[in-house]
Amino acid sequence: MSAQNAETEAARDDDTPAAPDRGRQRQVPTAIWWMVLPAFVLFFIFHTTPVFTGIYYSFTNFAGYGDYRFVGFSNYVNLFQDSEVFGAYRFTFLFAVVATVATNVIALAIAVGLNARIKLKTTFRAVFFMPHVLAILIVGYVFNYLFANSLPYVAQEMGVTALSSSILANPDLAWVGVVILAVWQSAAFNIILYLAGLQTVPSEVYEAAALDGTTKRQQFFRITFPLIAGFFTINMVLSLKNFLQVFDHIIALTDGGPGTATQSISVLIYRGGLQGGEYAYQTANAVIYLIVIVVLSLVQFRFLQRREASF
Amino acid sequence: MATQTTGQESETTEEDQGENGGRSYRFGSETNWPATIFIAFCSLSVLVPLYFTVVTAFKTPDQLGGTGFGLPNGLEWGNFSTAWELTNFPRALANSAIVTAGAVVLTLLTNSMVAYAIARHMDRSRIFTVLYYYFVAALFVPFPIIMLPVVRQTALLGLDNLAGLVILYTVYGLSLNIFIYVAFVRSIPIELEEAARTDGASAWTIFWKIVFPLLAPMNATVGILTAMWAWNDFMLPLVILSEPSQQTLPLVQYVFQGQFNTNYAVAFASYLMALLPMVVVYIVAQRWVISGVMRGSAK
Repeated sequence: MSAQNAETEAARDDDTPAAPDRGRQRQVPTAIWWMVLPAFVLFFIFHTTPVFTGIYYSFTNFAGYGDYRFVGFSNYVNLFQDSEVFGAYRFTFLFAVVATVATNVIALAIAVGLNARIKLKTTFRAVFFMPHVLAILIVGYVFNYLFANSLPYVAQEMGVTALSSSILANPDLAWVGVVILAVWQSAAFNIILYLAGLQTVPSEVYEAAALDGTTKRQQFFRITFPLIAGFFTINMVLSLKNFLQVFDHIIALTDGGPGTATQSISVLIYRGGLQGGEYAYQTANAVIYLIVIVVLSLVQFRFLQRREASF
Repeated sequence: MATQTTGQESETTEEDQGENGGRSYRFGSETNWPATIFIAFCSLSVLVPLYFTVVTAFKTPDQLGGTGFGLPNGLEWGNFSTAWELTNFPRALANSAIVTAGAVVLTLLTNSMVAYAIARHMDRSRIFTVLYYYFVAALFVPFPIIMLPVVRQTALLGLDNLAGLVILYTVYGLSLNIFIYVAFVRSIPIELEEAARTDGASAWTIFWKIVFPLLAPMNATVGILTAMWAWNDFMLPLVILSEPSQQTLPLVQYVFQGQFNTNYAVAFASYLMALLPMVVVYIVAQRWVISGVMRGSAK
C-alpha cells in the first residue's frame, strides 16, 4: 500500500465521524505516513506473509526442498491421526497449565511477602528478579546436571528410592523437571508484576480492615486479591501464552525425551519441519496450533474478566 | 545506551516507590520477621543453583560426583581457558553484543516513532486505529507458528546472519513496544507539539526534538526488555543463523553440548562465562532494570 493510497483511504474514512472534526482529520501530514510505512512493510513481510505462506504450504507435500504438489487437506487429516502430534499437544497443555498455576501461586505468595515490612527488601527483590535476566537455555543446562546427578545422589543418601535415578530419564516424571525450571525462571517476572499491583493498594484500606478486626486471611482474599485481580488476569494470560511456546527448557533438559514424553509443540515443529523433512506437514501443525492459541486466549480473557467483575 | 537512558530516569521512579513504601510504613513500623524469614528461605531457591554453577566451574573432574554442593579444593582456572578456547568465547560474546546493541538501537529509534505516529492519529484516522490493532494482535501469534516460513524467507533474502537477527528482533518487538509506547504517548499533553507546529516545525522535528526526549522512561523500559530478549534468546539464532562463525552465546552452549559431556567442569565454566556479562550488568543496574520492567507493566 503506498502512502498516497493510504491517504485517500483516510479521506474516505472521514465521512463517518461528526462534521466539525473533518477539517482537522484530513491533516495527517505526509511525514507521519512515512513514519509508519517502513515498519508496516517490514512487519507485513516478516510476520504476516509467513502466516499466509505457512497456510499455503500446509496444503502441499513440500519437504523443505525440491518439488511439491497440492495435496488438499491430507496433512490436516493425518495430523488428527498422528499419535506423536497428539502426545505433543497433551504434554504442552499439561505442562502449560501446571506451570501457569504454580508460577502464579508462588509468585503471588512471594510478592505478598516482599510487600510486607521485611528487612533487606530491595536486595531480596533484586534476587528474585535475577532469573529473568538469565538465558533459559544455559540455566536449563545447570538444572539438567542438578536433576541428573545431584538430586539422585541426595535421594539415595536419604533413602528415597523413587528419586534415586534421574527424573529426566523417567518418562512419567521428566515433565516435572521442566515445570520446575519454568517456574524458577518465570516466577521472577510475575513477582515484579504482582509487586507493582500490590503497591497500588492504598494502605488506608488495610487500616480500615484492621479496625473491623479482619484476619490476615480475610484481608488477602477479601481485599488484596480482588484489588489486584487485573494483574492476576494479565499474569495468567501471559504465563499460559509463554508456556505454550515452551522450547528452550525442553532442549536444555530432555531434548523431548525420554522417547517423545516431553516433546512440546514448538519442539515438534522445529524437529519435524527443519530436520525431519516434514516441512509442509509441520506448517499444517502450526496452523492448528495458531487456531488453538487464538481461541484459547479469547476464552481465557472472557472467563477471567468475568470472574474479576463478579468480585 | 540502554543503561544511560535508564540512569536519568531511575531517580524519579525510585522516589515514587519510596513514597509508596512510606505510606505502608505509617501504620505499625516493626519489621515483619515471619515474612522476612519466609522470603529469605524462598530466595535460597534462586541462589542455590547459581552457587552450584559457580562452585562447579572451579572444580577438577575428580571433584565432581557427590551432591556437587561442596566447595572446590582450590580454584581450577584452567576450566575457563579450556572453555574460552573450545567455544571461541570472544567471538560468541562479540556476536551477542552486536545483535543486542543493534536490536536495542534500531528498536528504540524505529518503534518509538511508529508508536508516536499511531498514538497521535488514532483518533483522527481509522487507518491508524487499524494499524494499532494489526501490530498488537500479533502478540497472539507465537513465533513457532511462523518459524518454518520465516526460516525459508530469511535464507532467500540473504538475512540468515546477524543483520537478519537485528531486523527480526526490531520487527517482532513492534507488537509489544507499540502497546507500551502508545499508552505513554497518549498521556503526554499534545499542546507542546501543537505550539511547535504553529512555529512551523515539521513532523520529523517535532518527533525527534520534542517527543523522543519525553519518551525517555519508556525508551529505558523498551531498551531493557529488548536487550534481555536479544541477549538471552536461543530459538531465533538457532533457526536463522547459517554461519557457525556468527553463533551467539546461548547457541554456542547448545552447539558444544556434545563436547561438554566429557568434562562438566569445563561446561560450567563456559555457562558461567556466558551468564556473567548479564549478571554484572544486572547487579550494577538492578534498580533501573526492575523499575523499568515495572513501568512497562503498569501500562
